[in-house]
Amino acid sequence: MIAGLVRLLGSIDLAEEAAQEAYVIAMQRWPAAGVPPNPAAWLTTTARNRAIDRLRRESTRDTRQREAAQMTVPDEAEPQGAVVDDRLRLMFTCCHPSLAPSAQVALTLRLLGGLTMAEIAHGFLVPETTMAQRVTRAKRKIAANRIPYRVPADHELPGRLKSVLTTLYLVFNEGYLASGQDSAVRTDLSAEAIRLARVLTTLMPDEPEAKGLLALMLLTDARRAARFADDTLVPLAEQDRGQWHRELIAEGHAIVRECLRRAQPGPYQLHAAVNAVHTDAARAEDTDWGQILDLYNHLFALTPTPVVALNRAIAVAEVHGAAAGLRIVDGLDLASYHAFHVTRAELLRRLDRRAEAGDAYSRGIELAPNTAERNFLRKRKDALSD
Amino acid sequence: MGQYMLSVHSREGDPAPDAATGQRAMSQVAKLNEEMQAAGAWVFAGGLHPYDTATVVAAMGDDVLLTDGPFAESKEHLGGFWVISADDLDTALEWARKASTACLNPVEVRPFQDVPES
Repeated sequence: MIAGLVRLLGSIDLAEEAAQEAYVIAMQRWPAAGVPPNPAAWLTTTARNRAIDRLRRESTRDTRQREAAQMTVPDEAEPQGAVVDDRLRLMFTCCHPSLAPSAQVALTLRLLGGLTMAEIAHGFLVPETTMAQRVTRAKRKIAANRIPYRVPADHELPGRLKSVLTTLYLVFNEGYLASGQDSAVRTDLSAEAIRLARVLTTLMPDEPEAKGLLALMLLTDARRAARFADDTLVPLAEQDRGQWHRELIAEGHAIVRECLRRAQPGPYQLHAAVNAVHTDAARAEDTDWGQILDLYNHLFALTPTPVVALNRAIAVAEVHGAAAGLRIVDGLDLASYHAFHVTRAELLRRLDRRAEAGDAYSRGIELAPNTAERNFLRKRKDALSD
Repeated sequence: MGQYMLSVHSREGDPAPDAATGQRAMSQVAKLNEEMQAAGAWVFAGGLHPYDTATVVAAMGDDVLLTDGPFAESKEHLGGFWVISADDLDTALEWARKASTACLNPVEVRPFQDVPES
């Protein structure tokens, strides 16, 4: 509803105010008069009429006058090949690369997700005032800069779509990596990211990377229930696979197969494929590591980052032995990343280099992002002396 | 349609580009200005003399205080700018990309508050 109003009114603030007014009117009228046959359309029409009334009332003021004038401007013709949907337009506006990633995330959740400012602030562990300022500043920047409200033309699309996908994945991980007492609220962020990714794949069915992202989220989320036990992280190999969500896995696998048929691989699709291989194994020891290594080789060719190299090294260790994996890990410049130390520790443990493994676990514990992971690493470290 | 300032900043203590590089930037910028004019985007553009040629004027009632040197005590100073008109930020960002390529420096894009009556 907000998305449609932004197009009609040409201003995010106006759209939000108008939507709020329409809800208030609905709450006053519907109980007595009954719910109209098409509630969504009723709300949109009411919101638009209210906004126009208000603009006329306040039209002595310069800025409002300009906004009123803006409304009468007919829609620009959509470029050919672009999907016409207000939610999609709003997604691209909220994820405009001129906005900081934190602002993109906040705006997307506020305007496209059904989340309140308090929920978003809680989800990102920042004070509500901070989050509100972030959103206000972003909306001001959009208005001042005339950040366009449209789906980018085909030649701009790859870069702009990447920005949307990154934002959705950030939201997902923010919820997925949560643990402890805040986890319930933060889990909603993952659900919201999946919902928005579904909207995106419906609106842009020809973008394999959008599908890849959705599959990656589904296959990751499917393992959520098995990830923690007693506020301690359970690593993939030790998870109770019976707790995995079979329906999400089946849906994720179907999308990955569809991506394979298209044969236009990209980073999200390859990540999703790795997760498909993991979730395909009934037991950890059945995992087809050879296939995972192939996928990481492909991924590393596309995005040769140290983090991909680290993940590839884990697959190398499974296929060619811990020593081969460790040689790669030791060449990486990732000393400030907790997973680097955790991977080293695990490989050193397998090579029975216990003292070094202990030091690496200690570094991992210092840098670990949450209690559940710290608890897991302490247990692992303690087990070295058994 | 809005107006945007594309500004180029120089850092104090940065070595001046060598003559050949400076010349290349100048001719690339001249070409870009022509392209902007042909597209109807060009409003105004100019390069400034070094920041130490500046004078700050502060009116204080009937009095005026003149200070030799630039206003901001920062390490970065405005070196030159374009003022362009563009439909939206995406169009302005595309001109900024071309401007950055031409002048061999990062370019800051900032919207003007009002569109002057034409």
